[in-house]
Amino acid sequence: MYVEMKDICKTFDGFQASDHVSFGIEKGQMAALLGPSGSGKTTILRMIAGLDRPDFGDIRINGIRVNDLPGNKRGIGFVFQNYALFRYMTVADNIGFGLEVQKKSKAEIKTRVEELLELISMEDLGKRYPHQLSGGQRQRVAFARALAPDPGLLLLDEPFAAIDAKVRRELRNWLRDMIERVGITSIFVTHDQEEAMEVANQVIIINQGKIEQIGTPDEICFHPKTDFVAEFIETERFSGKGR
Amino acid sequence: MEQQIVKVKNKKGVRVIPGFGLSMGVTLAMLGCFILIPLASIFISASKMSFQEFTEVVTSRQVMSGYLVSFSCAFLAALINGVFGLILAWVLVRYEFPGKRIMDGMIELPFALPTAVAGISLTFLYSDQGWIGAAFDKIGISIAYTRIGITIAMVFVGIPFVVRSVQPVLEKLDRQYEEAAMMLGAGRTRTFFKVILPELFPALLAGFGLAFARGIGEYGSVVFIAGNIPFKTQIAPLLIMSKLEQYKYSDATAIALALLLVSFLLMLFINSLQIYMQKFSKA
Repeated sequence: MYVEMKDICKTFDGFQASDHVSFGIEKGQMAALLGPSGSGKTTILRMIAGLDRPDFGDIRINGIRVNDLPGNKRGIGFVFQNYALFRYMTVADNIGFGLEVQKKSKAEIKTRVEELLELISMEDLGKRYPHQLSGGQRQRVAFARALAPDPGLLLLDEPFAAIDAKVRRELRNWLRDMIERVGITSIFVTHDQEEAMEVANQVIIINQGKIEQIGTPDEICFHPKTDFVAEFIETERFSGKGR
Repeated sequence: MEQQIVKVKNKKGVRVIPGFGLSMGVTLAMLGCFILIPLASIFISASKMSFQEFTEVVTSRQVMSGYLVSFSCAFLAALINGVFGLILAWVLVRYEFPGKRIMDGMIELPFALPTAVAGISLTFLYSDQGWIGAAFDKIGISIAYTRIGITIAMVFVGIPFVVRSVQPVLEKLDRQYEEAAMMLGAGRTRTFFKVILPELFPALLAGFGLAFARGIGEYGSVVFIAGNIPFKTQIAPLLIMSKLEQYKYSDATAIALALLLVSFLLMLFINSLQIYMQKFSKA
């Protein structure tokens, strides 16, 4: 197990956001946390990242319990829903931020930033500022920025939510290919079942803070374990969301 | 902080938001009656002097030293206010503690208090017999009747400007920026200086500008603590007052005009810097 959640509980002002959540993700996997909005999937992601603390239970990364480790020491890359790019920094400075923190030399940072700009095919846009980019470009920058310090795990919170439907599918495939190429273990949160099925090789379905089912996309589609899962997959399919 | 510019007219020339004519009229009337006409009267009365007379008054040793005292003390006070106002705003926005509302309300007291009252109480506190002044006097630092005292009075009147400029921006600041910095491995210091401070800088600059302007023009609270020693602690507004008392109206307006021009240029510079910074806030 690369990431392991064991019996995680979390309440916010009496609201049970996570209710005895346990799951494991193998190294190199691409997992999706899928569920309706308000189901507690983002909370799980934030707890893995160290942005929220569980009330109960253990989080292990690579076998080490990280509950008490602050987020900046966990070596995790995080892509935020609205990308949270630093708007007073150029694209190159955004990507280089994590490397600067590691006190890498200027030359090292420059090479790595160029390498990542090439990876996201934005070689010529390093000097631009975030407000000069399109939504899709911003997302690619956020992705490159998260990857720059070479994290062992990549977390993505609703990575396509802020992008319009046309580009979304294209970007989705791009991101899946990219993650496969880099070979990094990743977990992403989504409420779109098609997105989860298409991108992930392991899907964790969450409802009301509880795990409903864990499995491959095929298992979820063809052998839903609970009524909720069956219904969730069905309604999503018929509501025309499967573009 | 998304700034949307409402288009004033659509294609047919009909305004999207009604009442433009009326509200613009009120705006211009207010601006005219309360700002432009009084300021224009300074130009008019100053224009009665010849240019040579004007420069003679404005560049006299006493007046130059008055400008120097006013601008340097106001600048220093605005800097101090920038640092401490930011900390105050930070505490008021980011932490919960008992008495927070009361503390928040107290920020505006310097506005409400007659400045002369503030001046007298500050002088009382900081003179070499006052509670604070006596303590500093023992280690050989006198505060009242020096430029330190002037600066303290200007800090007192300027602090609300910085706090009230920074507070709303800090309240609206998305925590995701801080979280993003943290996930990239940054500690608190780096996150503050590299991520939060640039976000707050335009507001901080605005507050700085207001506090600075207030300091330059401040009279009531400063005259008591300043001691008004010629060439040392005479501020420019005091020189204007004393010229008026000697019925030298054109001299007074000349000093005022020069003060006004320099202040205007400084404000223009600060505001342009702020506008330049704001172009990033679109994203």
